[in-house]
Amino acid sequence: MSTARRLQRGGLIDRSRRIRFSFNGKDYFGHPGDTLASALLAQGVRIFGRSFKYHRPRGIVGAGAEEPNALVQVGEGGFSTPNLKATQVELYEGLTARTVNGWPNLAFDIGAINNRLSRLLPAGFYYKTFMWPRSAWMRYERHIRRAAGLGHAPSLPDPDHYDKRHAHFDVFIAGGGPTGLTAALGAARAGARVLLVDEQTQLGGSLLFSPVLIGGRTGIEWIAELEAELRSFPEVTILSRSTVTGYYDHNFLVVNQRRTDHVGPGQAEPRLTRERLWRVRAKQVVIATGAIERPLVFDANDTPGVMLGSAVSTYIRRYAVSPGRSGAVFTNNDSGYQSALDMASAGMEVRAIVDVRKRPGADVLAAVSTYDIPIYQGYAVPSVQSGLQGLKRIEIAKLSPCGEDIVSHKGLVDCQVLAISGGWSPAVHLHSQSGGRPRYDALKACFVPGRPVQAERSAGACAGSFTLTACLREGADAGISAAAQSGWPGGYVDIPAVEESVQAPLQPFWEVPAGALSGNGVKKFLDFQNDTTASDIRLAAREGYRSIEHVKRYTALGFGTDQGKLGNINGLAILAKTLGKSPGEVGTTTFRPNYTPVTFGTVAGRTLGEQLFDPVRKTAIHAWHVRRGASFENVGQWKRPWFYPRDGEDMHAAVNRECLATRNGVGVLDASTLGKIDIRGPDAARFLNLLYTNNWDNLQPGRCRYGFMLGEDGMVMDDGVTTCLAPGHFLMTTTTGGAAAVLTWMERWLQTEWPDLKVYLTSVTDQWSVMSVAGPCARTVLQRVGCDLDLGGDAFPFMSMQVGQVAGIPARISRISFSGELAFEISVEANQGLALWETIMVAGRDYDITPYGTESMHVLRAEKGYVIVGQDTDGSVTPMDLGMDWIVSKKKDFIGKRSLSRSDTERPNRKQLVGLKTQDPSRVLPEGAQLVNSRQEAQPVPMIGHVSSSYFSANLGRSIALALVKGGLSRMGGTIYAHLMDGSVVPATICEPVFFDPENQRGKS
Amino acid sequence: MLKIECPWCGERDQEEFQYGGEAHIVRPERPDTLTDEQWADYLFNRANTKGVHAEQWCHGAGCRRWFNVLRDTVSYVIVAVYRPGENPPGGGE
Repeated sequence: MSTARRLQRGGLIDRSRRIRFSFNGKDYFGHPGDTLASALLAQGVRIFGRSFKYHRPRGIVGAGAEEPNALVQVGEGGFSTPNLKATQVELYEGLTARTVNGWPNLAFDIGAINNRLSRLLPAGFYYKTFMWPRSAWMRYERHIRRAAGLGHAPSLPDPDHYDKRHAHFDVFIAGGGPTGLTAALGAARAGARVLLVDEQTQLGGSLLFSPVLIGGRTGIEWIAELEAELRSFPEVTILSRSTVTGYYDHNFLVVNQRRTDHVGPGQAEPRLTRERLWRVRAKQVVIATGAIERPLVFDANDTPGVMLGSAVSTYIRRYAVSPGRSGAVFTNNDSGYQSALDMASAGMEVRAIVDVRKRPGADVLAAVSTYDIPIYQGYAVPSVQSGLQGLKRIEIAKLSPCGEDIVSHKGLVDCQVLAISGGWSPAVHLHSQSGGRPRYDALKACFVPGRPVQAERSAGACAGSFTLTACLREGADAGISAAAQSGWPGGYVDIPAVEESVQAPLQPFWEVPAGALSGNGVKKFLDFQNDTTASDIRLAAREGYRSIEHVKRYTALGFGTDQGKLGNINGLAILAKTLGKSPGEVGTTTFRPNYTPVTFGTVAGRTLGEQLFDPVRKTAIHAWHVRRGASFENVGQWKRPWFYPRDGEDMHAAVNRECLATRNGVGVLDASTLGKIDIRGPDAARFLNLLYTNNWDNLQPGRCRYGFMLGEDGMVMDDGVTTCLAPGHFLMTTTTGGAAAVLTWMERWLQTEWPDLKVYLTSVTDQWSVMSVAGPCARTVLQRVGCDLDLGGDAFPFMSMQVGQVAGIPARISRISFSGELAFEISVEANQGLALWETIMVAGRDYDITPYGTESMHVLRAEKGYVIVGQDTDGSVTPMDLGMDWIVSKKKDFIGKRSLSRSDTERPNRKQLVGLKTQDPSRVLPEGAQLVNSRQEAQPVPMIGHVSSSYFSANLGRSIALALVKGGLSRMGGTIYAHLMDGSVVPATICEPVFFDPENQRGKS
Repeated sequence: MLKIECPWCGERDQEEFQYGGEAHIVRPERPDTLTDEQWADYLFNRANTKGVHAEQWCHGAGCRRWFNVLRDTVSYVIVAVYRPGENPPGGGE
């Protein structure tokens, strides 16, 4: 490959070392200091991708984060990262990169047919065409997205680690250019703790490609001096290769630090994470993010070879690459002239400077006068022509005095590079994210930061100050005052003398009129990545869009990975002109985080996988369940045994066996996960009266009671058994999933509404291991285990609790039952739980004691018609809807009571809990099945309910279900139909929800 | 992310707190004497303030206590924090 474009001298690259890499399967090399973009430009590569919609060939436009075209997928396998900008990718040995948009290849592109059809593809084309019929979008979308393409998510696991760091600073400085550097120096000298964040490989910003001398030194020398002093302060932290991606409330800023991407996979120190997300709180913020050059808008301005003037200068001065043999400049301000000087000094033939202004600055005219460059004042470039390798020639035409029209065609000039400058857009992104509202400065023709809302100030080019002297001064002032306001006065900076030309004002110039070369398909691009053109904006305006936010969404302006850094201002200016408004009246779209894309790995950090994303809670008996081969289900954060399959058993067989064993012999359930709240204080019973729907005044020590907790809206929120341990001392159990919310709920009432109540709450969920021994043989087994209490029905009645010893272990034993069987619930200190469980399993061996899981628990309780809050209720169910009026006190007030007499809660046709028996007893309805009144009905068929719980009951030898049915309590014996997904219709009979032992003889026995 | 000063623990990140909605909504002493409209007003209707809003927060990952915050819903500036039962500073509410 030719290296003809690499300059012999200059630049910030190390020519003594070569770095080999591949791009689209071809081998290339570059030097340390290169980016992927600069190395490829040096070897003559001009086309980097295809555009999103028209698939037009595209080249490099910019030199940094603003680059819209040169998107690449870098690296292989799990290391691979899509959609990086080639202008920001540092080279490392063996780097592989592919363009993300150019399927099947760059030279021949199927989608380019869209380019020829482009008159048929206006703004909103996809919405207008493929959204009708609506369902068809699903079919088209896959193909459209493939043709569009934007990289591929890696399919292999990421081998790298990422981490997060929290930090606090007095002064946070975003941007390490001349402004940020003097700000950092001013703040550091005051003694403040300073964080300086810079996006690039090295500090310096615009100085890295500027010829200006600072105090007699080159920019590079001056940067080195400042950086050395900054690094000497122990309280100063400098982050390079780091982007401030978000500015949030209360001066919370997020920084994405890329730590190892520049050395490549496997080359970094093993302990280094690949990227780090800094979460920073700052007392004061200095925004010094500079400005982004604007393109000019003319026909075929997307031709490869048309580049921002600042990018041309960057490639020449920083990377020692001349982007072509010959060049021209098209500008509306003085900075284009520097690009001409840089091109000339790099040995390029500069064939024209086309300036829309009649009167360019005298200083820049003098500077270019040493070269023999034709200068066209009051002219424009209305169109360009391209060949296979991009730009071939430009058209030059004379503008009318006001610049609105082309007066005459001047001629064509051959050149390979056109450096364009439409002025500068301050990078107001962070100011905007912080809550500030950028305002339009008509004189400078750009948006500048508005009044700060948070403790921040913008300085330098991002505040609309475009001379180096102003940047140095404003930076120093900002750093010094930020330090002072964070408690560190006394900072100082001596501003060095800078020799720079006096700037003449720019002439706002948003769109070049069509020229002589422009045919019918004039395309003046605003957003290169999304192929949004000037005529798309006008079309949107014609179709009635007025707000820039709507126009943005209709035309996709600024939707790409560059987030409109180049094109948005031109777009809104053209909209403003179309609507007869000023750009300030139209305003900018909202700048949202992130400033540049952030990888998912960085966002996730170490919080990966099941183990870390959410804590996993296991009971003290968990290891036993695992040994026994239990299948587990997640209940909240808890792992609960779901069922215990024996050899060859499926879930159905295991659950049937467990249910039968519990009803006929003895089963045992690990119930440790239920929430447990210890309630103490003289007003504890009063508080329970307010929380629960039933009465708690008369509950004696050693007695248990079931309770319903409602929201203030009257809907069932939680349930459980509460035991009186002693006067003024209760133990409440809650649902497994609801424990934390219930505790918070109770605390809130105590702290904010009834602070006079003397009640104290403690969560004791994890302190106790709880096992429920249930079944006709439960008493015998417990006696075998060894218990110092009389377990007989008279001495130890149903719904009572006693403290004793089980197998020598101190225990609370309760006669409560969720299965409907004779059951003893035994609570011991958690660290004794496993020992007791194993003892019980040995003692029960002769009775074939059977551990059962949550599925069998659900079947057993459904046989009894006991509801599960959250399964048979959904936040719209009252106790009356469940047929449980008996639990609702008529006498006292409680939370939610008043809501039970609202017109809606008293409505007779509410969904009510009923039992369902399918007419075919072997048919088990799916949970969630919708219920209707008849087999065949005219559509729309009224839904009158749904199945909330449904199982096969081995004990009853048939299927059973619980359902919520409109007016169900008055429809006993009636028939109802479930329409299933497979098209079948299952008839079922409505019945009482209690299927088994309605008198509860067994539980009380 | 907000920085919130818990009246007991001091300044902490928002992620330690839970939001509790509008503050100073007193539960009616005798709900049974209220009309449906009065009860619905207590139950459902909230001020939706644009500007300084009195609201409840709970330091859930800290001392677990509830307290009141005056927060500007436009700028998110926290004007004051105060304990339950205390009056908002500046004699508001």
